[in-house]
Amino acid sequence: MTSELDRSAAVEKGAVEKSAQEKSAADPAAGRGFPGAGLVKGLATTFKTMTRPAHTVQYPDQPPELPPRTRGVIALVEENCTVCMLCARECPDWCIYIDSHKETVPAPPGGGRDRTRNVLDRFAIDFSLCMYCGICIEVCPFDALEWSPEFEYAEFDIKDLLHEKDRLREWFFTVPAPVALDPGAEEPKEIAAAQKAADKQLAAQKAAEIVALADTGTDGEAEGEG
Amino acid sequence: MGGAAHWWLEVVLRLVVILGFFLVVPLLVGQMEHKAMAHMQGRLGPMEAGGFHGWAQLIADGVKFAQKEAVVPADADRTVFQLAPAVALLPYLVALVVVPIGPGTQVGVALDLGLFFVLAVMGVGVLGTLMGGWASANKYSLLGGIRTAAQLMAYELPMLLSAASVGMAAGTLSLSGIVDKWQWWWLPWQLIGAFVFFVSGLAELQRPPFDMPVADSEIIFGAYTEYTGLRFAFFLLAEYAGIVLLCLLTTVLFLGGWHGPFSAHLGWLWTVLKTLVLSFVVIWLRVSYPRLREDQLMRFAWTALIPLALAQLAITGVVRVL
Repeated sequence: MTSELDRSAAVEKGAVEKSAQEKSAADPAAGRGFPGAGLVKGLATTFKTMTRPAHTVQYPDQPPELPPRTRGVIALVEENCTVCMLCARECPDWCIYIDSHKETVPAPPGGGRDRTRNVLDRFAIDFSLCMYCGICIEVCPFDALEWSPEFEYAEFDIKDLLHEKDRLREWFFTVPAPVALDPGAEEPKEIAAAQKAADKQLAAQKAAEIVALADTGTDGEAEGEG
Repeated sequence: MGGAAHWWLEVVLRLVVILGFFLVVPLLVGQMEHKAMAHMQGRLGPMEAGGFHGWAQLIADGVKFAQKEAVVPADADRTVFQLAPAVALLPYLVALVVVPIGPGTQVGVALDLGLFFVLAVMGVGVLGTLMGGWASANKYSLLGGIRTAAQLMAYELPMLLSAASVGMAAGTLSLSGIVDKWQWWWLPWQLIGAFVFFVSGLAELQRPPFDMPVADSEIIFGAYTEYTGLRFAFFLLAEYAGIVLLCLLTTVLFLGGWHGPFSAHLGWLWTVLKTLVLSFVVIWLRVSYPRLREDQLMRFAWTALIPLALAQLAITGVVRVL
């Protein structure tokens, strides 16, 4: 706004004043030192960029380096699925299709009664509806669903984006190993619990040894030396 | 009879060489623009066409343009509309005929009024844009055409003045004569003139940062908005031919043309080399600077370039008299 006013003022004033105005207008652009420093800086920047390697990747020839936890596609481990339907019910888009039937497992020879279990017949995700929110993966209690970084599954027809469980299983094989924790991060709960149990066991064993030593007394020591 | 045939052969040969230069070097500059601009922006530019770093990109572009339909708007002035691309392109070819590439006879036609001729013909090239802008029956085209006209008016004067300074220094209007007379100390002597000539030449070609007449963010593509297919390609080719001619002229007038080590044998190589370096500068400027606004454009010409050109004329005159 002020520069506009400057300009209109400069038009009205004399030539001498105009050049003075221009100088003062050029000064902030130049930043420091001589006039035109900004222009030189611009040229230097583009030239420097030219001498450096490009930021782009030649995609089809060169696979992109995807970050861990990339949300490419949702993969399924069929064996882990208990047909609890949590994923299908939590899905905001209703894009998960699950069909199942009940099967009777006969009682083991030792006695007891027959039990029923759910068997998965169909598990399909319609990726034309999926919005990649990941809620299904979050709610799955048995880690049957995982994020895979695979992203090259475009189709010519939108109907072909409904993928059945065999395709979802294929994608499971592309799921990378869990990312290493950040340095100084809290231990995962499972490891912490296992460590705690192991520590407890070790302590109990040591205590038992000490007790045993105290019980045997000098005999034990002599035996140990002998 | 044999002598006459020989004379014809030489003329044809010279014209073929010039036509080849005219068709190849602008494409070279265009490809350089693709690649240099891409790398200056942290990209790679064309990589697929032709296999090696997209060397055939412009050939592919040409094939594409040739396949496209040449549309003429219903309300357009057909003849003028169809003629405009040729008017834009051909003057650069004609001007090229009198520009010396090397010492002695390495010039299409050694014209005594070469400088005058080149500048006059270069001005005609801009008429093509004006014609296209007027004949398109499109308000954006018309705006672009008018902006082109305003720019031509503003920048032709400093260009002529700075070119006149060199003519004065050499005491001749023959381009070969000017290069013959050239000494290394002309470089600082004519420095201001070189700057004014190059910059106003850029403005006349409507190259960024002086591309207000084709400012795509406000008037689509100026006078070229309605053009398609080969006619559009002609306009583009004219732009690159214009770059080549401007750089060639700047080389010949201000940078000593073929002067350089081994200039007796490799003079033409020096001319081409200097031309290509200047073309790179043209591209470099395009990438580095944003577009000047219309009023800034006019102010720059009238309050900066013309006084500078006049100062250069005065300096040249004073040194000549001394």
